[in-house]
Amino acid sequence: MSRFTRRDALIIGAGVAAGAAVGAGGGLGAAQAQATPELKLTPEKGAVLRVLRPAKFVQGDETLFLENTEKYVKQTGVKVTVDSVGFEDLRPKAAVAANVGKGPDIVYGWYDDAHQYPDKLVDVTDVAEYLGKKYGGWYPIAEKFGKRGNRWVCLPLGAAGAKMVYRISWAKDAGFDGVPGDMAGFLKLCQGLKAKGYPPGFALGNAVGDGNTWCHWVVWAFGGKMVNEKDQVVINSPETVAALEYAKQLYETFIPGTLSWLDPSNNKAFLDGQISLTNNGISIYYAAKNSSDPTIKALAADIGHGNFPVGPVGKPTELHLTVPAMVFKYSKYKNAAKDYVRFMFEREQYVPWQQASIGYWSQPLRAYEQSPIWTDDPKHTPYRDIMKNMLWPSYAGSLGYASAATLADYIMVNMVAVACSGTKTPKEAATEAQRRAERYYKV
Amino acid sequence: MATVVREAAIERRESRLARIFDHPTVLSVIFMLPAGLLLTLFLTYPLGLGIWLGFTDTRIGRPGAFIGLENYISLFGDGVFLLSVFNTLLYTTVATVFKFAIGLWLALLLNNRLPFKAFLRAIVLLPFIIPTVLSAIAFWWMYDTQFSIISFALVEFGLIDEFIDFLGQPNAARASVIAANVWRGIPFVAICLLAGLQTISPSLYEAAALDGASAWQRFRHITVPTLMPILSIVLTFSVLFTFTDFQLIYAITRGGPINATHLMATLAFQRAIPGGQLGEGAAIATAMIPFLVAATLLSYYGLQRRKWQQGGKDD
Repeated sequence: MSRFTRRDALIIGAGVAAGAAVGAGGGLGAAQAQATPELKLTPEKGAVLRVLRPAKFVQGDETLFLENTEKYVKQTGVKVTVDSVGFEDLRPKAAVAANVGKGPDIVYGWYDDAHQYPDKLVDVTDVAEYLGKKYGGWYPIAEKFGKRGNRWVCLPLGAAGAKMVYRISWAKDAGFDGVPGDMAGFLKLCQGLKAKGYPPGFALGNAVGDGNTWCHWVVWAFGGKMVNEKDQVVINSPETVAALEYAKQLYETFIPGTLSWLDPSNNKAFLDGQISLTNNGISIYYAAKNSSDPTIKALAADIGHGNFPVGPVGKPTELHLTVPAMVFKYSKYKNAAKDYVRFMFEREQYVPWQQASIGYWSQPLRAYEQSPIWTDDPKHTPYRDIMKNMLWPSYAGSLGYASAATLADYIMVNMVAVACSGTKTPKEAATEAQRRAERYYKV
Repeated sequence: MATVVREAAIERRESRLARIFDHPTVLSVIFMLPAGLLLTLFLTYPLGLGIWLGFTDTRIGRPGAFIGLENYISLFGDGVFLLSVFNTLLYTTVATVFKFAIGLWLALLLNNRLPFKAFLRAIVLLPFIIPTVLSAIAFWWMYDTQFSIISFALVEFGLIDEFIDFLGQPNAARASVIAANVWRGIPFVAICLLAGLQTISPSLYEAAALDGASAWQRFRHITVPTLMPILSIVLTFSVLFTFTDFQLIYAITRGGPINATHLMATLAFQRAIPGGQLGEGAAIATAMIPFLVAATLLSYYGLQRRKWQQGGKDD
């Protein structure tokens, strides 16, 4: 829980100045040069907004979010309180609010939440069109998450994504200058690292973020997918089996114990120098860079980031966490809420916020590819294209109840884990996943 | 004369009112009303709603329709659910056996004349006082594959070469979470049984000692039968707590590895809240009720039977 204090309000001036400077130097003029689209949303008189957002992964994210909010409060007189809760509590809280018809006016939620209760959400098509025109358009994935039919039900604020995080010097020892772009090369890298005594480690426990990310990537890379475009379950396929065979070979190079790994496990092991390669957000780099422990701080220079290799399907198959901004219909101040959401997307707020989040949040709007954060430090750059490269959890089907249930039940992660651990053959693992998914995708 | 009549009338009225309130049925209804209302509001209603939801296809954000037994039929074809039932039964049985064995032993020890008796008894309660989530996080670190203090110590002492994979293998993970549950549950059992032990009159033991009974005979024929009533209550509660455990599993394994430690409670939560399938989650939670009722009946009625307590057999 974090609330505004007077102290927060006092440091706003500095924040605004810094934000403006970043914006001006950010080379975002191009989008501005076009005729500026107009959107007139007048906040209701005496509007009071309650905003619920995910807890910060990096301090700057929250600091700037709150500073931007305070800026909005000053400019419009709308009162805003921001609460934050952990990701795990976010979905139930938002769902209960949707069900009961009472709660925060705006929720920055989880993945495909908006598709669980689209009828309870305010249509934000006008805001989406305005922002899209102004900032070079939305990525297709943003539309996938934001739109229900022709109407926008939420606006993806951005995606917190994972990339391959590795130790540069150890990869060199194994004969690699970075993460290879193909699956065969990647396997060789892992085997090389293992041979040198620096095993990789990827989470195979019920880890919402890290487990889902890499398991979906590896299955998709070979052309396996949970459902097809018609929402028919097709996970039991030769492509999936090929992916599982590959994952099994990868697993043999892992540090012991990854079957039990939850989200924080790989961060701890990486920072402790026990693993050489994992998939993670920029948080490991950030933690090292800002550590008060000199040995860990020195580690930052040796941390490299790379894209997920592209498999036989020939296109990136990444999965990242998107955060949809949803305005609830029960809100008494819908205009103010929509206006607040718009405000947070505007360049003056968004770019400094991305900057302060040190690359944790990548944009859904093309213009922000130019955000200085992506080039300030070359190590940030791989995180820039997260929303450009990502697919959605129920690829290639639709988002909704079945997809959310399938994801929450860890069907993909369990399938990969079962195959890796060898308790079942890849074929058996795929058959079991098919059966489990079919329960949710029944007619 | 007129005054007397009026007074008599008042007396009659009073007595009629008094008679109504004195009536045992009326009185008992009035006295039970507050408790009844509280129970209905806070127990019967939520329980009834949960059971009802289990018969619907309610999703988060969408009211459901009545679908009869469909959730249950679908669950019985679901390997993960069946695995969670197995895990729950195993978890409850093994943990309860250990909790009672160690708890009873501890209670017997603490019932002796010991120096610093009060202090020792307070220490025994510690695991119970620490919030479950905190102790669960501590166990999560202790079981960590890379950072386990247990593995670290054993390696330092030269007893093992490699860190133990506590939570990565299904059976090891089950044993680990059961151990955590036992650690947490012992104080409750020990303190309750200690309270029971203290109600046993010392004269019984004295009499037995005079008759030449051995320590084992005293335990078998005095302690056990007199302790039975409280034992059955403690057993009932302990089984209920263990069967419905959620926090330990959620903090330590999230039900992993590969669902080997998923209990019915954690699976119900996973399906209902993150998964949005409220109806199915409610069905899993409801499926726990028959087990709980059976366990309660067995320990409550079974162990309280006088014949059993006195070591006799059924007629």
